[in-house]
Formats: sequence, C-alpha cells, structure tokens
Amino acid sequence: MNQKEHIGQDFKVGLYNYEDEELFICHREIREVRLVMVGIESYGAYIPMLRMERELIGKSWGRRSLRGERSVANNDEDTVTMSSEAISDCLTGFDRNGVGGLYFASTSAPYKEKQSSTLLAKIAVLSDEVITGDFANSLRAGSAALEGAVNAVKSGSVKQMLVAASDCRLGYPRSDEEQLFGDGAAALLIGDTDVIANIVERVSFSNELTDTWRNPEDTYVRTWEKRWVLSEGYQKIMERAVSSLMNKCGLKADAVAKAVFSAPDERSYKTLGKKLGFNLENQLQNPLLSNVGYCGVAHPIMVLISALEDAQPGDKIIMAAHGNGADAFLIEVTKNITSYHGRRGIKKNLESKLLLTSYQRYLSYRGLLEAVPGEPFRLLPSATSYWRELDSILSCLGSKCRKCGTVTYPIQRVCYNCSAKDDYDLIRLSDKKGTLFDFTLDNLAGRSDDPVIVQAIVETDDEKCRIYSLMTDCDPSKVYIGMPVELTLRRLYEGAGFHNYSWKCRPVKN
Amino acid sequence: MESIKDKVAIVGMGCTKFGERWDVGIHDLAIEATYEAIEDAGIGLEDIQACFLGTVTAPVLGVGGGLVSDALKLRDIPIIRNENWCTTGHIALMEAAMSIMAGMFDVVLALGVEKLKDTGYPGLGTGRGMHPVLEARRTAPGSFGMIAPAYFKKYGLSNEEGKKLIGQIAVKNHHNGSMCPKAHFHNEITLEQVLKAPIIAWPLGLFDCCGNSDGSAAAILTRSDMAKSFRDDPIYLKGVGVSTDSMLPHNRPEFGWTSFGAMVKSSQMAYEHAGIRNPREELDLAEVHDCFTITELAIYEDLCFSPRGGAREDIESGFFSLEGGLPVNVDGGLKCFGHPVGASGIRMTYEVYKQLQGKADKPERQIKNASRGLSHTFGGPPQTSAVAIFGNEKG
Repeated sequence: MNQKEHIGQDFKVGLYNYEDEELFICHREIREVRLVMVGIESYGAYIPMLRMERELIGKSWGRRSLRGERSVANNDEDTVTMSSEAISDCLTGFDRNGVGGLYFASTSAPYKEKQSSTLLAKIAVLSDEVITGDFANSLRAGSAALEGAVNAVKSGSVKQMLVAASDCRLGYPRSDEEQLFGDGAAALLIGDTDVIANIVERVSFSNELTDTWRNPEDTYVRTWEKRWVLSEGYQKIMERAVSSLMNKCGLKADAVAKAVFSAPDERSYKTLGKKLGFNLENQLQNPLLSNVGYCGVAHPIMVLISALEDAQPGDKIIMAAHGNGADAFLIEVTKNITSYHGRRGIKKNLESKLLLTSYQRYLSYRGLLEAVPGEPFRLLPSATSYWRELDSILSCLGSKCRKCGTVTYPIQRVCYNCSAKDDYDLIRLSDKKGTLFDFTLDNLAGRSDDPVIVQAIVETDDEKCRIYSLMTDCDPSKVYIGMPVELTLRRLYEGAGFHNYSWKCRPVKN
Repeated sequence: MESIKDKVAIVGMGCTKFGERWDVGIHDLAIEATYEAIEDAGIGLEDIQACFLGTVTAPVLGVGGGLVSDALKLRDIPIIRNENWCTTGHIALMEAAMSIMAGMFDVVLALGVEKLKDTGYPGLGTGRGMHPVLEARRTAPGSFGMIAPAYFKKYGLSNEEGKKLIGQIAVKNHHNGSMCPKAHFHNEITLEQVLKAPIIAWPLGLFDCCGNSDGSAAAILTRSDMAKSFRDDPIYLKGVGVSTDSMLPHNRPEFGWTSFGAMVKSSQMAYEHAGIRNPREELDLAEVHDCFTITELAIYEDLCFSPRGGAREDIESGFFSLEGGLPVNVDGGLKCFGHPVGASGIRMTYEVYKQLQGKADKPERQIKNASRGLSHTFGGPPQTSAVAIFGNEKG
C-alpha cells in the first residue's frame, strides 16, 4: 500500500535512481510484490520452567510485594539457551536449510565479546552461509533486529531470516525491578512465503536520554527518577510512535484488533493504551507481567506471539517497543494463521512450571551468592577440542551407520554395532523425543545450591539412540525409568574459562 | 594360546594399613608395603630386577617410575607404571607375571599405591568420565549407580526390595572387615543403618559405597620352578584375564546395564587358563570389586558365582558369607577395607595369598582348607575388568 508513496515521477525508489522507465517499472513491480509478502512465517517462544512468586521476594526483604509471579532462568540457562528453545519452537516443521540468516537481540548476552548468533546458528544447525548479527545494548534491540531481518528479506538477499530475542536482566536486590523482571525468549521467522502475518509498516523514533542503563561494570539495571523515566522514556515516545504509525497507515484505534507494547509495568501499559484510544478490555493484549514479568528485549515480541496465538485472519496488530526511542510496527494477520499449529508459543510454555521456593536459590542461580566451590573436574576442557566436536556438542548430531542403521551420540567414527568405519550419515537429534532408560540421583556432582544431579541415559523413541546427559527442570523425586523426555540446550559449566554449552534432557513439557 | 597356569609364583607380599593415613605420604605407603613384601620373601631390595607400578591419582602428572626409584632408591632397573582405572593394581601384577613368563626377569616387584586423602575431597571426584564437556559431571557413584535401577526393573524388585537386597552385601562386608586389622573400617553395621544412611547417588546410600582410603600393597613374583627356594608355601598363579569393553556404556545402543561384557570375558579367560569349569564350586574364596554394593551383585552373576537373576537367592541364603559356599570379600572388600585405587588389585591378592597359605591375620577369619582363590577388579566409568586366580599347589 504505502510503498507507492515512495515512488516518485523521477523514477526514484529508495536509494535507487532509475534512468530507464521500463526498468523502473519492472523493479517497482518486483518490489511491490516483495513488500506485500514479507512478514512472519513462524514464531516460537520460551519461558523458563522456574517461576518465583513475587510474594517470596517481598517477604525475604520485608517489603511490599508486587502481584503474581515471575519467570526465573534456571542455573543452567542464559539468553543463548533460552533463544535456542524459542528458535527450536519456531522452526518446528521448517527446512532449516532455507534460513538465510539469524539475528540475536539481547542486553544480557553471555559474552561481551563473541557472537551469540553464530552460537545459535550452530545450535540450530543452520547452513554456515547464513548472515549472523548480534543486536545489543538497548531494549529496542529486538525491534531493530526485526527491522533488519525484514529489510534483508525485502532486499532479496535472503528468503528467510530468523530473529531471536532474549533477556535475563537483573534488578537491584529489594528493588521493584527485581520482582518485575522476568526471563524469556522469543523467535520470529521472517520470510516472504505463506506468511501468517504481514509486517506492513514501521516507524522509528530516536530519543536520547539516560533513563535506563548499565555501565560496563554494572550487574544491575540503573534508572534515573522513575517518574521521568516513565514519562519521557516511555509514555511520550511510545505515544508518538504509535500515533505516527496509525496516521501513516490511516488507521483509527477501533480498526486495531490488538495493541502490543513493551511494558515497564502494568499501570504505565494501561495508561498508554488508554491514551491511544484502545479499549483496555479487548484491544490491549495482556502484557504477561503478572505471570512472566518484563522480559526486556524479548518482551514485546513475546506479547506479540501471545496476540498471534488468538488472532484471526485480517486482524491488525500494532507492536511497539521502547528504549532510547520507540519502534512501532503494523502487522496484519493472514488466512494462513488458521492452519498454523504445533507451537508451544506462550500458552503452552505458561502451562509447564516448577515453583522456585527459595529466594536464596534465585540469588545463587544468578551468581549473586556464591555456591561452595565443588571438586575440580578431572578432565581438562579446551577451546580447541570443544571446537573440533561442535557437531556433537552444540548441533546435537549423532551418527547413523550406513551399513546397519545404528544411531549413536556423540558421533562415532566406528560403528558400535557393526564396526563400519567412517561410513555414516549425520542425524540431528535435538528435537527427538525419548524415554529415560536409566538414571541415578547423584548427590556428589551438584553445586551446593543445587545438590542433586540427575544422571540420565535417554533412549530416543525411533532411533533407539542412547544419550547420556543430565536431567534439568525436574523434581528429582519424581524421576522414573520410562519417563518421557526431550532434549534442551543448557550451559553446563565454565570449563577453560568459556561457556560450555551442550544438551541436557528434561521431562517433556506440555 | 597356551595356559599360563603354574608358570609364575608369588613368594612375598605386603600390605599397609588402609584408611585415612593423614600422617604419611605416597612414598611412605610404598615403602611400608614393599618392605613387608621383601621381608616376607626373604630377599633384599637389590634382588629386585624390575618393578611394575600401579597408581592412578598420583599427585602429579608424568609420575612415571620416579615414585619408586625415589622412595625406595631402587635404581638402574626398569620401573614401569600403568594406569587402568580400578584394575591398575591387577595390571601391575599381570605385567610382572608376563615379564617373568617372557624370561626377561626372575624376581620382580609389583606395587600398587594410592594417596587419595591429599585431594581435599572425600570421594574420587567429579569429572570421572571420558569427555570434558559431555561428561564433566560424571562421578563414580553416579555411573555405577545406574546398575541398580536397571537391575531392579529387570528382575521385578521394588526400590525398597532392591535397596534391602544390596544392603545385605554392605552388612556382610562390614562384618568381615570388622575382624581385619588392616582394614579402613572396623565397625559392624545393620541393615537398618544401611537403609537410613544419607543418599550418595540414589539408590546408593553411604553404606553402599566403598571407603575412600590411602594404602599400598606389594608382591614379589618369581618363576614357579624357583619359588620353593624362597619359601615353602609359595602361591601359584593359575590364570589371568583382562578385558576392556567400551568405556562409554552410557552411549552404547542396547546396553542393558545389568551385566558387563568386560567382567564376563575377563573371568572366562582366567577360568580357562586355570582349568576352572564351575567357579561356584571350585573356588574357595573370592575378593571382588565391590566399589558399590550393586557392583558386587552384578559380579556374582557375571563371574558365574550365581546364575543370571540368581544373585538374590544367594545373597539371602548367605552363600557369600564367611561360612557360606563361596565366601566373598572375606577381608571386608573395598567397602570396608578401603579402595586406594591403584593398590586394590594387589590388596585383594594379598588376602587370597594369606588365606591360601593358611596365614590369615586372625584365626577366626581363616577359611578352612582354602586352596583356590580369585581376585577381581572392575573399573572405568565403567568398564575394564581384570581377574587373577591363585592356588597353593601346582596342578
């Protein structure tokens, strides 16, 4: 629709100047087709199993509690592992070879220097010819990544781009933010084929102010006076962005099915919705603050996914994110939404939970209290040996013998069954379902804040592949032989001074 | 392949007190065991032509043979160190025997020594797998414990029944060890204590796990035809067997976790050398690798002491007690005597040696008319297994 506005009589399209009218018309048509098509082909979300009641935090400090509960990343989770889950959810049923790039967005990436998107591309077993990029340092990093992905597809350089956004931010102990924040991740597959929702238009505003920030040495999120932060850093700029978007698209508030905003708190969210003329009951999407929390960069996309889960063809959704400015998108749901199923998304992630009943344990899981140092591990980790085995360690590839069909993990050069040498195909095991073949509840291998480690041997249902791993996100007293399990990427430990990621198992989530 | 039966004899042995030896170091332990062995054989250090050393967690990497040459001033002879998980002591014995059978040496020392109590931790440690990332949190009880749920399930035992069954092995071994002066522990325990003990790696509790101890044991080996020139009652090597199967049974397709190929093969190899057809009947005692109670149960079946699935009946009938048909771990086993890894295979052999000579340290625990005994170690995450069979007469 609006791209026509950009096309002037002087044959200009964006940066391109066309001297030849025929060529211009041809390119314009191609661009028009592309612009109409680019949107969301798939979504995925992740909310950690662990939830903590805010009352527990309040009571621990003898202060007022906010309502509800917040999600808490387990001690083996970070923004890369949570993104891995969201990506896996998002790519269910998609050919991973088609994905041309991956953008990762977070203010709490595991490394200050080292790309997380390459890690995630390896974990998701994408082609090594993908574009990768990390977007950081701002709560708008997710919408910036989304904009970048949309443009990459529009430009025709790739057919599909993945956007993963995740955060695990820390509020100061005893602060409101400590209770308010949640941990989570979201992923969107942006493409131009069979989209479930078109990304129709976008506006952006930059707004320089030091409202919320972290200096390099800071653990916790700093803020200036809250009233200023909310007024200038959120309300005004968000209102401006959303109204500008609606004007640009000629939209009235009542034509919008759902409005989705990043939400620093419930009250500010509602005030903004009201100001923009949305009906708080049925137009303003539930911001997930009472049961998940404010998930930073991932938050607006998680709430968008929540809106898409109940969307109907033709629904217009506005999504806006703030953080040193604001980005607003108009998203229009297509008929493909009716046949789009099989995602955990927000709803199913919400259904699976384990309550964290100790605030001290939360502090320890985030590294704010030190666990007693365990015994030193006897095997020397190494960046080079880790790198040589990335196919097994990160990509979760096993070997399937071409002679006898035996599947093993990690990759074996000589077959366990028939001794065929170097005669195997690689098989991705990360999304295979299995059952627990055998286990022990090891009280020696854990940390002092998480003393029982479930040592597990998994057998996959179809390949009968045995996978030794630790079980996470479980109540050890409820583990049994034959328990249905699935695999999940986790941060195992800091061997050799870097994050050693690999796969664990967990009871199958809903 | 010909039998090695009666080609090599042991003519002297030594064994230190096992336990928390805070006051001595690894050199002291080696000296203590070696001097008892050479005095027992009636030789001097200068008579030793080669030394086969077994140690696993020596305080530094690249220990080589320096530990022996420096502690004992044994110089200018071959000192060959091996590390093969818990079978290390047995492998040192076998290397010593093979060097004699090859005709290279006439008198050699096999020495196993381990100083575990300098590590700062009560167990063998975390990271006892084969892979620095995938197995960084493997522990010995976490790995061997896998046998128990699999066995309970296969033979239809409830967790409570299973715990009670393996608990009886701990009670037996503590009873045996309580009479043994050199053992780490001397306390008798009850089944109730076993069942109520803190969990180490469910279903294994504290009393299902062996002692973590310091200790050393040594043997002087010679040619059989020379043995009587050292003493009247040498002990003859009847057979040995060693087998290493995949050390990653966790990853192995279809692996059942109730039986281990390495234990089956190593024992069959040793039985064949020794000419034993029915070990249940023909052995008078066995010292086996009870690193955990459930391991001893699996050993009963893999070493053909009990039929498959028959361990329960034999445990409950007391078949493996001191007075039973085949006394097992008569000195308390790893459970009560302690498990300084590299020393254990030779310590077990020390007990068999003394029993076959009729020289058990206390008469009340002497097995009457014992003429044939077996020692066995089983290690890895698991599985590597070693078996040696001894007799007090040729033939």
